[in-house]
Amino acid sequence: MPLLSAIIFLPALAALVLALLPARDPRTFRNAAAAATGMTFLLSLWLFAQFDVNNPSLQFVERVPWVPAIGFAYLVGVDGLSLPFVVLTALLSFCAVLGSWRVTLRPKEYFVLLLILETGITGVFGAQDLALFFLFWEVELAPMFLLIGIWGGPRREYAAIKFVLYTLAGSAAMLVGILVLYFAGEPRTFAWSELVGRQIAFEVQLVVFVLIFFAFVVKLPGFPFHTWLPDAHVEAPTAVSVLLAGVLLKMGGYGIRRLLLPLVPEAMRFFAPALALLAVVNVLYGALLCLAQSDMKKLVAYSSISHMGYVLLGIAALTTVGLGGAVLQMVSHGFITGLLFLLVGVLYDHAHTRDVGRFGGLVHRTPALAVVTSLAALAALGLPGMSGFVAEYTVFVGSFATFPWHTAVSTVGVLLAAGYMLWMTERIFFGPLNPEWHDLDDAHRYELVPLWGLIGVILLVGLYPPVVTDVIDLGVGALTRWLGG
Amino acid sequence: MELRLEHVLVLSALLFAIGVYGALSRRNAVAILLAIEVMFNAVNVAFVGFARFVGPEHLAGQVFAIFVITVAAAEAALALAIVMMLYRQRRSVNVEEINLLRW
Amino acid sequence: MVEVAWIIPALPLATFLLIVAVARSAPRLAHALAIAGVGAACLASVAVLAEVVGGAHVERIMAWFRIGQTVFTVGWVVDPLSAAMLVIVTTVSLAVHVYSVGYMHGDAGYARYFAFLNLFTVAMLGIVLAPTLLQLFVFWELVGLCSYLLIGHWYRKPEAAAAAKKAFLVTRLGDLGFLVGILMLWTATGTFVLAEIEAKVAQHALAPGFLTLAMLLLFCGAIGKSAQFPLHVWLPDAMEGPTPVSALIHAATMVAAGVYMVARLFPLFEGAPTALLVVAYVGIFTAFFAATMGLVAHDVKRVLAYSTISQLGYMMAGLGVGSLAAGMFHLFTHAYFKALLFLAAGSIIHGAATQDLREMGGLRRVMPITAITFAVGGLALAGVPPFSGFFSKDEILASALHAGQPVLFAVGLATAVMTAFYVSRARLLAFWGAPRWSASAAGSPGGSRDHAGHGGSADGHDAHAAGAPHDAHGHGAPHESPPVMTAVLVALGIPAALGGLLLGPASGNWFAHFLAPLEKPLPFDLGLAASGTAAALLGLGLAWLMYGARVISPEALAARLRPLYVACFRKWWVDELYGFIAARTLLGLARALAWFDLEVVDGVVNAVGAATRALGRGVRRLQSGQLPAYGLAIYAGVVVIAALVMLGPR
Repeated sequence: MPLLSAIIFLPALAALVLALLPARDPRTFRNAAAAATGMTFLLSLWLFAQFDVNNPSLQFVERVPWVPAIGFAYLVGVDGLSLPFVVLTALLSFCAVLGSWRVTLRPKEYFVLLLILETGITGVFGAQDLALFFLFWEVELAPMFLLIGIWGGPRREYAAIKFVLYTLAGSAAMLVGILVLYFAGEPRTFAWSELVGRQIAFEVQLVVFVLIFFAFVVKLPGFPFHTWLPDAHVEAPTAVSVLLAGVLLKMGGYGIRRLLLPLVPEAMRFFAPALALLAVVNVLYGALLCLAQSDMKKLVAYSSISHMGYVLLGIAALTTVGLGGAVLQMVSHGFITGLLFLLVGVLYDHAHTRDVGRFGGLVHRTPALAVVTSLAALAALGLPGMSGFVAEYTVFVGSFATFPWHTAVSTVGVLLAAGYMLWMTERIFFGPLNPEWHDLDDAHRYELVPLWGLIGVILLVGLYPPVVTDVIDLGVGALTRWLGG
Repeated sequence: MELRLEHVLVLSALLFAIGVYGALSRRNAVAILLAIEVMFNAVNVAFVGFARFVGPEHLAGQVFAIFVITVAAAEAALALAIVMMLYRQRRSVNVEEINLLRW
Repeated sequence: MVEVAWIIPALPLATFLLIVAVARSAPRLAHALAIAGVGAACLASVAVLAEVVGGAHVERIMAWFRIGQTVFTVGWVVDPLSAAMLVIVTTVSLAVHVYSVGYMHGDAGYARYFAFLNLFTVAMLGIVLAPTLLQLFVFWELVGLCSYLLIGHWYRKPEAAAAAKKAFLVTRLGDLGFLVGILMLWTATGTFVLAEIEAKVAQHALAPGFLTLAMLLLFCGAIGKSAQFPLHVWLPDAMEGPTPVSALIHAATMVAAGVYMVARLFPLFEGAPTALLVVAYVGIFTAFFAATMGLVAHDVKRVLAYSTISQLGYMMAGLGVGSLAAGMFHLFTHAYFKALLFLAAGSIIHGAATQDLREMGGLRRVMPITAITFAVGGLALAGVPPFSGFFSKDEILASALHAGQPVLFAVGLATAVMTAFYVSRARLLAFWGAPRWSASAAGSPGGSRDHAGHGGSADGHDAHAAGAPHDAHGHGAPHESPPVMTAVLVALGIPAALGGLLLGPASGNWFAHFLAPLEKPLPFDLGLAASGTAAALLGLGLAWLMYGARVISPEALAARLRPLYVACFRKWWVDELYGFIAARTLLGLARALAWFDLEVVDGVVNAVGAATRALGRGVRRLQSGQLPAYGLAIYAGVVVIAALVMLGPR
């Protein structure tokens, strides 16, 4: 059975079925979508279980020639690098559907688009052919645009167009970069595994790096190409925020790690110091901006910018531990930020505001939500026992030898994270109850299920990191061979 | 004087130039269509001329000319239909009064 | 037992999980579980200590996770240092647990309180047993978390929530240095295992300057956790937590972690004498500095908090002058007498419903056991022989003199005078003189800060109804605390009074030999002991003249030394400085950057968009819709292309 293709296309198939479903009741659609994403998640877990952690090459490879004349094939497969992201995407998509329980506006279209989005993202992580990678990269755009543009907040059109234009500008550059790679050697191919290890002239590498990196730095997002992110998050519906921050941003880091590092290693080495500098700017800039936010979603969005800075730092270090830490940080941040956006969504559903300043003392009305939020905040500020600590610590350990000053400065981000996260929870939940919220409801059971599920995963990875590290180690180890050290 | 390829081509070029001039200068849509037909025929002349002088053993030039005539007929029918519709809507076939392509 | 020493933190961890799982709304079950967990850990610790005294020494390292060739290691180490610390931590924690049964009775967050108390103990035990820097850091951070949770126990009070946050953030500021220090050592040695790093340092494999910097950075972590200057500001505010928590923080867990860390890394510090000297001077300065603030505080818990900072300074000074035994001995004696003092203060607060010294007075008649035990703790703190504090403080001062640091010795002696003065002042103000409370006014709103919290903890219920059990008798006349609390006081009184003598001179400095067998013991110096005793008696006498006999008017003295008094009272404006840095500088920078992000960065993005649209608006004028114009353009294009093709290069 082509397990990987099943995971990639099951949501799309479900979207097709949903689109043809004649029902009018929103519950039909959300139940069907939940079933489809849940099923996909189970399949991805099965993939995870079947994955051979001792085999460093691509596994579950499926190859179907598509346009043989230009060497373009439907080529998918997973290795230790992509596997965590495939599972992460499936998990967060499931959580996103569960977090959309209250969507009543055009539910059919909503869930159809959400499912197509899942196919697009999973495809990006599964694709082992550059053209296919690009294809899936673009597939994800359309549903994202519509989801923000139709189900978003008051400035949804501005945010949606900004998101799409930014990403498209990046992907245009990436397409050129991919084509340069395609034409740079014989035989011409888009297959990633055949492109790896090719000798490409240094100047060409630099050009390719700049072109493709632009697409990824937009997605990551890196300063100063990040301003689409807060807008998109603030306007996007909860589920879309979860996927956006949880997995879409990771496509940037994943891309740098998958495409740039193995394919243009000399350019990577050349640009590594610049990347490290960018990383530090990201960490501090994002964290400082968090201190000035009062909109919870903006705060979490800027914290994402800060946390993705560690990813960049880990990659820039070009050490096994740094790269492992970067992947770990991406996975961990996926869980944590997904959880945070779900929480913001629940709170918004109940209180219809995200303004931190308007809350106060909510713990008396919503103890369950307070507990979950506190745990999420602790995870976000990198407390030991949670996945965030393991990831950030690994990044620091990995990057210190290469960039001691950069690393030392970026540890300040950990302190700032504690500052804004604790400030947010304190301001919302502790102190005397703001009378405005005297009849606020606590989170319902169905809202708590995905929240506690994610906390469980965060704790699991935080307490027993080998769950993830054993897998990603493989991807990293393979990479060190190409880098030759 | 013997008829040579150059003569045919000059005739074709002249016809084409007349056609272009007509298509660009006339305001009446029907007249523009007529001018376009002239351009088609200029091309046909060139085709036949080449067929006669360059590769008489093949019929490719003649076949192309017949193709062009057929396509031109279809095109003319279509274009005249459009002109008819325009006239019904606007009571005019003056192309300067018609700027539907403007942004 | 030493082979399974991991069970010591595992036991309270198990009970913590049990309380969270099953006893969230069963207070009796919760405290039973919590005490059972810590009690069992305490017994196990004693067993471990016995084995270590018998010569056992165990170090077990295992992989937590690995990436490539890099192994992230954890494990446990049982040696004299950790064994002694295990017993100190578990006994004090057990005392606090038992005491809390009485003190926290009727609190709405009772089960939560005990669960976190357990977790706090777990975290501290994790530090004690840590054989690797990674594990040390992990539990170090968890200690910070637990202090956050417990200081913020009465989270309805904004001050409590703010104090909890402050404690977490200030200590984390120090932890940044700690983290970078760990990274430096890891980069230089490629391992997190302390023993291996120590071996490398012993071989002089690290450049001296590098090692000094790394150790100073590591010491930053200790500065934060052990509330040394300039990161001492969180500790006085941590008073917002329940008093038994303060006892735990001040005696055995949180602040002791910093001192313990320096002791644990002592072989590394010995490789960096400059760093050790910094430790000594930071310590002695902190001791002096904190004592000045203790002289004038009105809040009994704050007086004790400053005394903690000051005593921690002594410990650091002891370690800094190169005597592991002296520093750790003071940590040991201090753990018991400070726990005793805090729990006695809690007893006052419990019985008199105030923690303001100005609202007490004459309490010794109504709270005799509390009065006596407080006096014992006070004398130990003041360093009056034969109470425990005398011997440990004496050892530190002797070590300072021996190490050729007369300045340290002199400042330490001056601090000893102040120490004796302020603790005596607190005792006299609280227990002697005429009562400044009346039966009806005792529960007045202004005076019952800690107890206001009892109401505040009423989770989701009407505050007054749920807080009633405490306030009900709090409103009456002050009274002695229930036996469960006073029994603990008496139990702690024994080590506070005799611990120093028994493990010090009486047993031929057993403690010092046990912990640091290689350290050469200092001969007993009668002159030194006499000067220490004289300093203590001077402070006591001065306090008696001012607050007992009222021969010297404190008010008049304060008025004459007004600038000094104000500076001490306002805590030398360090809080204001931090407030300025945090509120003005940092938030100002954040706001400026927010403006920059919105107006400049995003402004450029929007400008690019606007420019594109403007260009489009301009260019679209070419689209006239005139068919002939289009035709002409096409024709012109054809001509140009044709010309290029014909005239261009072949």
